[in-house]
Amino acid sequence: MSVILQIRDLYKTYGEGASAVHAVNGVTLDVKRGELLVLMGPSGSGKTTLLSMMGCILRASTGSICVEGMETTGLAESHLPKVRLEHFGFIFQGFNLFPALTSLENVEIALDLKKIRGSRARQRALELLTQVGLTDKAHEFPENLSGGQKQRIAIARALAGDPHIVLADEPTAALDSASGRKVLEILHELTREQNRAVVVVTHDPRVLDYADRIVKLEDGRVAEEIVCSAMKEVVS
Amino acid sequence: MSKLALRNLFHDKVRLAVTLTGVVFALILMVIQFGLFLGFLETSGNVVEHSGIDLWITAPGIPHVNGGSPIPERRRYKAMAAEGVDLVKPYAFLFANWKLPSGAQEAVQVVGFDVDSRLGAPWDIAEGSIDDLRGADTVLIDEHYKKKLGVKGIGDTAEINGHRARVVGFTRGVLSFTTAPYVYASFKNSLDYVQLTEKDTIFFAVRVKPGFNRQQVKAAVQANVHGVDVYTNEEMLDKTRSYWVISTGAGVTTLMGAVLGLLVGMVVVAQTIYAATVDHLREYGTLKAMGANNAYLYRVILQQALLSALMGYVLAMGVSWFVVEGSKSGDAVILMPPAMIAAVFVLALVMCAGASILSIRKATRIDPAMVFRA
Repeated sequence: MSVILQIRDLYKTYGEGASAVHAVNGVTLDVKRGELLVLMGPSGSGKTTLLSMMGCILRASTGSICVEGMETTGLAESHLPKVRLEHFGFIFQGFNLFPALTSLENVEIALDLKKIRGSRARQRALELLTQVGLTDKAHEFPENLSGGQKQRIAIARALAGDPHIVLADEPTAALDSASGRKVLEILHELTREQNRAVVVVTHDPRVLDYADRIVKLEDGRVAEEIVCSAMKEVVS
Repeated sequence: MSKLALRNLFHDKVRLAVTLTGVVFALILMVIQFGLFLGFLETSGNVVEHSGIDLWITAPGIPHVNGGSPIPERRRYKAMAAEGVDLVKPYAFLFANWKLPSGAQEAVQVVGFDVDSRLGAPWDIAEGSIDDLRGADTVLIDEHYKKKLGVKGIGDTAEINGHRARVVGFTRGVLSFTTAPYVYASFKNSLDYVQLTEKDTIFFAVRVKPGFNRQQVKAAVQANVHGVDVYTNEEMLDKTRSYWVISTGAGVTTLMGAVLGLLVGMVVVAQTIYAATVDHLREYGTLKAMGANNAYLYRVILQQALLSALMGYVLAMGVSWFVVEGSKSGDAVILMPPAMIAAVFVLALVMCAGASILSIRKATRIDPAMVFRA
């Protein structure tokens, strides 16, 4: 599997001098195509901060992040939206759907950002809703959907720009067991069938069943890295 | 039009109603204040504007057309001797008291003009004719003031400063900007009403011969006639309007009302659009995280503001039309010419776009990392 996201000696520091706090403290990590990487760790360990920096949402204090071969830490602020638009899909714990838009329109808006509009956008949005099994909810507003359905719409929206990397922040935290499993199956499919890299920040142990690799963070550092497929092979 | 802008606007109907109420009230206030100002501008100088007089000869230093004072009639001959002068006719314009049949009194402005030359005559006759003023004690009033002056129709009589006056016709739209209606009479009849002797007049109305330059004729008259001021019609119009509109502060006050309407509208719309933006901050943050640039956010917020302006404008124009129509039965003249309707549309767009600037600043400064906070 080729490396799609390369992180080297990454720091995120808040404050200066003696009061400085390293939210991310010298992380070096590779994310590969077709893998589902899980970031775990206690609250305040720097998982979400690391995820935000991976997705070019938060700027690193020092270190390097290469997205598909492009160094992003030195890019001007104004260039970062384009990097996010072209390389990443985001899934949030709170779904972050647009309440005034239907499921279909929520997906279409991501296409609109990529200037895909009209019937082409509608066709593509319907395909994505089919992929997450929610074609019948295309014209429903988010308020009429369950948590699991909302998260699947959010996944469809994240995939609208055809990103190679999907970053998910606690995607199952607000979901019941069955809905959480369904969401994880979809994310797993993205790695297996579409060769996308999926990075999931979670506290949810259910996610571990689908992980290829688990990175445990503590105090902003990588405390442990477990390659699940290798472990499975060892076990077998 | 962005679907998000459209849907966000209509999603919260209470907020939309509040925004539109703000826009509508601000625009109505602007239309009425600007309309009053235009009406004021029109009526304060209408007697001069429509007079057909080329030059006005007045007592020295009069402030405006309504503030004339007597000058000797004999100076007419010196004025006539000036090169380029075609006609010089006496013209009276003074306040008087009109006695209603009930015995009550109303202030009026008597306009005495030369019926033969029509210099200074009323410009729109609804009933009767100017020639009817040749008879003794005859006057024309505007149909708008029938009730105010206790007149039902032609032939009704009243008293002006104790002299009999018989209504022989009605003008249309010859409205006064003061509470004192205009009463037109022949100059000869007006002498009694305004208590002038035949040896005096208030103004001389001059007609310039065709082909002569008014400014040159004015200079010639001024040189020939001592102890008077001479104005072209445009100068008299400017003098009169600037006195009433600027010097008295009335026009400025009206204009201030219009500007206040604009400011109130901006504040109300800015508040509601800002509140809506704050409500949708997480959505804008999500858009930024997804890769939307600032221009995309500008567009969404600006489109919401402009759509609010458009809807508010249509509603406000409808209400304003009723107000303007309703004003026709009252004394306050509110004009709503097409140019003002167009100008208010532009102002509505500017007001709403301006009001959205704070919101745009707020939205574009969102940290997209907020989307990861629960």
